[in-house]
Amino acid sequence: MKKILTLTLIFGLLLSGSMLTAQKMVQIKGSDTLVNLVQVLAEEFMAKNPRSPIAVLGGGSGTGIAGLINGTCDIANHSRPMKEKEKQQCKEKRIDYRTFIIAIDGLSVIVNKSNSINDMSMDKIGAIYRGEITNWKEVGGNDMPISLYGRQSNSGTYVFFQDQILGKQDYSADMKRMNGNAQIVEGIIQDRAGIGYVGVGYVVDSRTKKPRNDLKILNVAKNANSKAYSPLNRAAVDSGDYPIARPLFQTSAGKPNGVVAEFLNFIFSAEGQKIVKAEGFFPIGKGIIDANMNKMK
Amino acid sequence: MKKKRFSNLKERAIKVFFFTNSVFATLALVGIFFLLLFTAIPAFKEINMGEFFTSTRWNPTSPVKEGYGILSMVVSTFMVTIGALVIAIPIGIGVAAYLSDVAHWRVREIVKPIVEILAGIPSVVIGFLGIVLFGPIIAKIFGTSNGLNAVNGSLLLAIMALPTIISISEDSLNAVPKTYSEASLGLGANRWQTLIRVKLPASLSGIIAAVMLGMGRAIGETMTVMMVTGNAPAFPKGFLSSIRTMTATIAIELGEVPYYTTHYYALFAVGFVLFIITFFVNMISDVILHKYQEREQ
Repeated sequence: MKKILTLTLIFGLLLSGSMLTAQKMVQIKGSDTLVNLVQVLAEEFMAKNPRSPIAVLGGGSGTGIAGLINGTCDIANHSRPMKEKEKQQCKEKRIDYRTFIIAIDGLSVIVNKSNSINDMSMDKIGAIYRGEITNWKEVGGNDMPISLYGRQSNSGTYVFFQDQILGKQDYSADMKRMNGNAQIVEGIIQDRAGIGYVGVGYVVDSRTKKPRNDLKILNVAKNANSKAYSPLNRAAVDSGDYPIARPLFQTSAGKPNGVVAEFLNFIFSAEGQKIVKAEGFFPIGKGIIDANMNKMK
Repeated sequence: MKKKRFSNLKERAIKVFFFTNSVFATLALVGIFFLLLFTAIPAFKEINMGEFFTSTRWNPTSPVKEGYGILSMVVSTFMVTIGALVIAIPIGIGVAAYLSDVAHWRVREIVKPIVEILAGIPSVVIGFLGIVLFGPIIAKIFGTSNGLNAVNGSLLLAIMALPTIISISEDSLNAVPKTYSEASLGLGANRWQTLIRVKLPASLSGIIAAVMLGMGRAIGETMTVMMVTGNAPAFPKGFLSSIRTMTATIAIELGEVPYYTTHYYALFAVGFVLFIITFFVNMISDVILHKYQEREQ
């Protein structure tokens, strides 16, 4: 009897102990495009604030926002704006969510290194992904069937690309639905007929901080008559000449306070934005930082 | 007297204990059946039953028109399964025949446990092999630009079904009474003829059961297939096209689907169909296995 009592006590203590740490641990979940960047930001932040643990998980923008609504994370990473339906669900659950822009992404269209094509217009890319153009020779390349790589429907990049490039039409049913940015990059490196889209952070080598040389990043033009720009061109991304640049978001469940607020402030700081740049994404300007600061209040 | 009553009680308690266990196992099966059934039924409030079974278009998140047809994924599932069996049956029976009739007993004692360990390799590891090893080889052999297709899935599923097929086939070959082969050899048949014309037919029901069990494993396998088949939801054009099976569809979409929506219910309906298929495969193998055990007695 005594033994059971002791066991229960120990078990209870363990349980409450783990619950306490679970409460202190800040949970961040969502976008696969953002997961590496936020992971690095969290590591740097934790190096300075060792008593503020942060856990960063991927899963896709849709998964992150669903987690925010269901109360399983404190911050959702997402690479597309929240949908009206999701905002409504937040309101129903009385979540006073705050959305911040933490970085800018030049969404990159990539092909195999051996591909002869360098530039492409948005409508051509759209036609390829809708399945209307199925052979590289139709866009001036070699005669081989195009092999499409994209993301799964829980991905923010999937939704953003569908809205902006496909004109809210269906993806070709032949598109391979890959699990994340890294898998698309791996696929394109091996597939001579492949085309894929990933966040600009994934076409930059994480060690050398230079563009990867085992794949080709296409220059993208707004339409057939305009000039094509590279997503690595900072000025073109800022000015909007690169047509598929997009903001990357973090949304907090409620007004940020404690570790969440400290972490967000760290991201908006010069030091945080330096990490954003080092990871291949583009830092946010002063206007966005000011807007973020206002939302913190 | 007192002691006897106590042992009676003990006996009864043990009986009740084992009875409860078997009830739990049965209840779990019945419970899963009804859970799937009742969660699947609401799907048909909005989905036409005919469309569900005959349409090839599955696109629940389409911005244009939602599609809930499972034909493509059912065909895909059977394609990889049959592909796997075509590879695994000859190899499996060959290895089983070798182990039971040709191999030295020392070789058998070493090889059989190794084959059985093969069954314990996590599916994600096998999937990884498919991506880095088999994918590029398949692409090279068939001249396709990538190896993310049904052939790759079949090959990996064959590897996963092999231990079951080899182990049970070998058991049933060993269970053929010695008198059969002795009589055959005595009538002047050589060992090859004895194996092919006497032992194999005599153990056929066991071998068929082994194949069916291997098939059950292949149909329900998720991770491996999801990693190497590319997950394109189009109707398969052949073994070299990228496909998406029923299990992969559920695994990919269930994580982010909003609860209690048509999409959510439809995924359970897919699960229900899958349950029925595997249930029948397992039931048939069970019936065959029973028949064979009865004859042995």
